[in-house]
Amino acid sequence: MDYLVILIAAVFVNNIVLSQFLGICPFLGVSNRVSTSIGMSGAVLFVMTIATTVTYLLHHYVLLPSGLEYLRTITFILVIAALVQMVEIVLKKVSPPLYQALGVFLPLITTNCAVLGVAILALGLDNGSLLKAVFFAFANSLGFGLALIVFASIREFLELANIPEGMKGVPINLLVAGLLSLAFLGFAGLV
Amino acid sequence: MAKPIDQQQNFFKGIVKENPVFVMLLGMCPALGVTSSAFNGLGMGVATLFVLLMSNIVVSLVKSQIPNKVRIPAFIIIIASFVTIVEMVLEAYIPFLYEQLGIFIPLIVVNCLILGRAEAFASKNTLKSSVLDALGMGLGFVIALTVLGAVREVLGNGSIFDWKFVSEDANTLILFILPPGAFIALAYLAILFNRLTLKTA
Repeated sequence: MDYLVILIAAVFVNNIVLSQFLGICPFLGVSNRVSTSIGMSGAVLFVMTIATTVTYLLHHYVLLPSGLEYLRTITFILVIAALVQMVEIVLKKVSPPLYQALGVFLPLITTNCAVLGVAILALGLDNGSLLKAVFFAFANSLGFGLALIVFASIREFLELANIPEGMKGVPINLLVAGLLSLAFLGFAGLV
Repeated sequence: MAKPIDQQQNFFKGIVKENPVFVMLLGMCPALGVTSSAFNGLGMGVATLFVLLMSNIVVSLVKSQIPNKVRIPAFIIIIASFVTIVEMVLEAYIPFLYEQLGIFIPLIVVNCLILGRAEAFASKNTLKSSVLDALGMGLGFVIALTVLGAVREVLGNGSIFDWKFVSEDANTLILFILPPGAFIALAYLAILFNRLTLKTA
């Protein structure tokens, strides 16, 4: 039951992009095609889940026992940067098709604040456990994917629309994101 | 360096022509996430300005010592150190702001604006140019966040810098302090900004 609540909360109610504003850069940057947004979502799903697993263990078994909590930000960002590199190397060797699909997105993920944000947020869960933290990261990456893919599908339609000159580009995208966020606001109170 | 940089232009480009939020769309997460009031926007802007300035100074001083291949991780460590300092100072001296900004303080590390300036500017230019670049870009960020925060606070809460100018039970457009309002307010500010800069150009 706990896990169902986490899932619904992360995907709909507190959607990481549309209500927590994490990962806005890739959300606006790689959402012009549905196919690329699916690739990006896959890469985020992969990296976010692994990164949270590693940072959670590191926080509980290295930083906490030695009283080095103030190094959290530095260690987490380094771990994520190293991890992204490693995932890239391993994928290239082990699963070339997956690498083909996700490869170009992986370097972009290091500076995706959603990954670091979720790793930090996962430490603050009630009655946290490793499993819960990992599930939280997984659920949030699904939320990221949902927001990104829905947004990309709308943007594909926008290309055919007749938009006033001054609103082309950034403003219209932000407005669409705002309306999408408004729609997700409807889920508030669900959990 | 082919020709010396016009320092005045170097400083002002960050405020108008290459404004990080309205034009370059850098650092969007904090720009949208913490601007539910003008004070929060200002606080976040100043914290980012400090980190940007310090990291630009350090990067431009040590640029010749860092091997090219590991420069990005090196920059990230420099930035993360200053973010940790900001985090501890805010927690100790302005706990109210620390709580309001929450997760977005450690996330200054991944603000693409800071890494972007370190990589694109400070690692290639002199100390003086880097300081001016950081001040200009940082001020552009502070202004953008404060304006966005002020607009959202005025519309959504009927107040500015916590000074309320409507009665307690007045109906305000609460939407603007909720998440969707951030996107919508920034969209209209971007239109306005484009309009103004196009006119002067």
